[in-house]
Amino acid sequence: MGTDGKTPEPPSANPGQSKGQQASDREGALPAADLLQGRLSARQMRDLVKESAFAGLIAFGIFVFISGVRIVDQPGGLGLEYHWSRLVLYVGIVCVGRFLWGLRVRLRRPDHVPQWKAILGRTTARAPQVAKILAGFALVFALLLPLMPFASRYLVDTATTILIYIMLAWGLNIVVGLAGLLDLGYVAFYAVGSYSYALLAYYYDFSFWMCLPLAGLFAASFGVILGFPVLRLRGDYLAIVTLGFGEIIRVVLLNWTELTRGPDGIDSIPRPTFFGLPFTRRPAEGADSFHTFFGLDYSSMQRIIFLYYLILVLALITNLFILRVRKLPLGRAWEALREDEVACRSLGINPTNTKLSAFAIGAMFGGFAGAFFATKQAFVSPESFTFIESAIILAIVVLGGMGSQIGVVVAAVLLIGAFEFLRSLEQYRMEALGAAMVVVMIWRPRGLLAHREPTVLLHHDRALDLGEAIEENDS
Amino acid sequence: MNAQSADNDALAVPSGARALLTVEHLTMRFGGLLAVDDISFAAGDAEITAIIGPNGAGKTTVFNCLTGFYKPSEGRLSLRHDSESGQQPLFYLERMDDYRIADAARVARTFQNIRLFPTMSVLENLMVAQHHALLRASGFTLLGLFGSRRYRRAEKDAIERARYWLDRVQLTEQANISAGSLPYGAQRRLEIARAMCTEPVLLCLDEPAAGLNPRESAELNQLLLRIKEEQEIGILLIEHDMSVVMEISDHIAVLDYGRKISDGTAEFVRNDPAVIRAYLGEEDEEQEEKGEQGREQERPEQEQSESNRP
Repeated sequence: MGTDGKTPEPPSANPGQSKGQQASDREGALPAADLLQGRLSARQMRDLVKESAFAGLIAFGIFVFISGVRIVDQPGGLGLEYHWSRLVLYVGIVCVGRFLWGLRVRLRRPDHVPQWKAILGRTTARAPQVAKILAGFALVFALLLPLMPFASRYLVDTATTILIYIMLAWGLNIVVGLAGLLDLGYVAFYAVGSYSYALLAYYYDFSFWMCLPLAGLFAASFGVILGFPVLRLRGDYLAIVTLGFGEIIRVVLLNWTELTRGPDGIDSIPRPTFFGLPFTRRPAEGADSFHTFFGLDYSSMQRIIFLYYLILVLALITNLFILRVRKLPLGRAWEALREDEVACRSLGINPTNTKLSAFAIGAMFGGFAGAFFATKQAFVSPESFTFIESAIILAIVVLGGMGSQIGVVVAAVLLIGAFEFLRSLEQYRMEALGAAMVVVMIWRPRGLLAHREPTVLLHHDRALDLGEAIEENDS
Repeated sequence: MNAQSADNDALAVPSGARALLTVEHLTMRFGGLLAVDDISFAAGDAEITAIIGPNGAGKTTVFNCLTGFYKPSEGRLSLRHDSESGQQPLFYLERMDDYRIADAARVARTFQNIRLFPTMSVLENLMVAQHHALLRASGFTLLGLFGSRRYRRAEKDAIERARYWLDRVQLTEQANISAGSLPYGAQRRLEIARAMCTEPVLLCLDEPAAGLNPRESAELNQLLLRIKEEQEIGILLIEHDMSVVMEISDHIAVLDYGRKISDGTAEFVRNDPAVIRAYLGEEDEEQEEKGEQGREQERPEQEQSESNRP
């Protein structure tokens, strides 16, 4: 098998035979003719059979309890139902599949590069351009989405959810992608942001716009609180502690019923206003609401679209912040810390402060997103902040390519969009998702659009110009 | 010799230059292991001081104590800046955190196993080294976010300094590629350039010639000599490559089993029987057999075999 980036199929010296094989490869059919020509030695054949048998054995081990045996309700307790035919079918599929695959690989000429690999290689080489074009399209599309004729309420709502995840993933990207600190409890900051707004609105009637910065501030403080004890930890240890932290926040929210009303959650959280104009059908006496002020007919879509644009702006602010901070000493110090902490210390960078700032700023954006989530749902409960949310956000970051901004967008659209799209698959949704992630990680182990552009360039030929030195060059 | 006079001997810089760094009674224990045992020496300002010794002699431990990566069990490490250069002229390194030693006391170091930021570009590596000046100029990020003029000017200066050092180590052409993709020798040079971008008063190099071919070693010698002369900073060097050590060092301290066994100019150390014994251990028994006279006669031979050591 060739490596990525190689051109496929150099011209062949022996056209007759290899052409026939190429054709059969492309059709994916079993090249029976080649087999007859004795291109496979007896030894190869034996290996092949052995491999298939082994794959079948593994398949048997997996499927015997999943499909072969089923627990059923019986009068007088639980009973077992056996589906041996189904088991045999699955194992057979695996055996035959492995056999055909092995055959294909063995009959392939050594310099053969499959079509999909060649395409993948080309896109990998062009990742920066692809990312730039994609970012432009995505931005225009996001801005125009609610105005499109096909923009139903459901679609805009889903897009809003996707944007929340994009914003969360961008926030987490600061901690994981830039500073290299694996955080499995990011949802805790999301929860802190949500509950800050919910509680302040519930007890003190604070408005959304007052609470938005406060939610960020509270979340950032929690980021620092979490950051302090775990500063010495790295990698797996850090991941476990952050995981625990995420759970602590959720369990506290669940059990502190006097304050948070526990599992009942907090409802009727006020909606955001448009510069003081609420999106209500009947505004209070003597006051305007959005539709009366602008002389429009009332439509519930107005609020949905407003929320959509609100999260779009918040997400874009997050993105802009990250793009800028990467070019600042703080952002470079984060990346340097990810690469080599010891070297950082030898250069006078305070690792404590640098890590804390990454935690705090990442948490702050999580807090903003949390406040938005609370106002969008008008209801928060601890159920929304389970570990699976952290896992999904982290999956988006990893899938998109650590540190890649547009990669996160693509991954969020795929992952959250797939969640919606795969609703019909019901309980197989998670399996489908897992399989999709495995496939992506085989093809693109560093993420969909992993690519790092230098944050500063040295220009050789010309005298150094200010504008050029800090030229915007990433997406 | 009483303890006091031994100290005075140990703390003298052979050339009589002002002592930049003074190490007094440095001891480092790891549990029951005594890695560095009561070492005292001084490193002169604008001089190259080499620490040599067989493997496991405790050289890197001394370095790690100096740069704060270890806290010494005992001893004092004092660094005296030029009186006009800073407000605080004297630093006790054993009391400082590692990043403060780099930042405030301005001691820069390189590592035995190169520690660059591999996925960052060569230029970015040098920009990270100027973190503090840039961070202050960016108003601790707040002003920088809005593209303040002051920050852009500071960044321009930083790029110019980086360009200067890239020119000096012949890496200007590779400025925009990732540091990890450089060949080994270039990575070594980049690490020195990065350390120099922090504007140190003392540059500590942990085996800078390891893995270099003879031509690269010769270039390294030239680079270090020019840094010493032009920047007028002290250089402290751990090295196994005797062609580097003997050629450029003004002052050599020799360690063996965590103790200092010799200290002086290259000429003095080269002829010191204690050093020869440490490097060629088997000589011990022969010398005992042959006695004092035999040792005198043998010396030229030993010298040769020592200079042949890698």
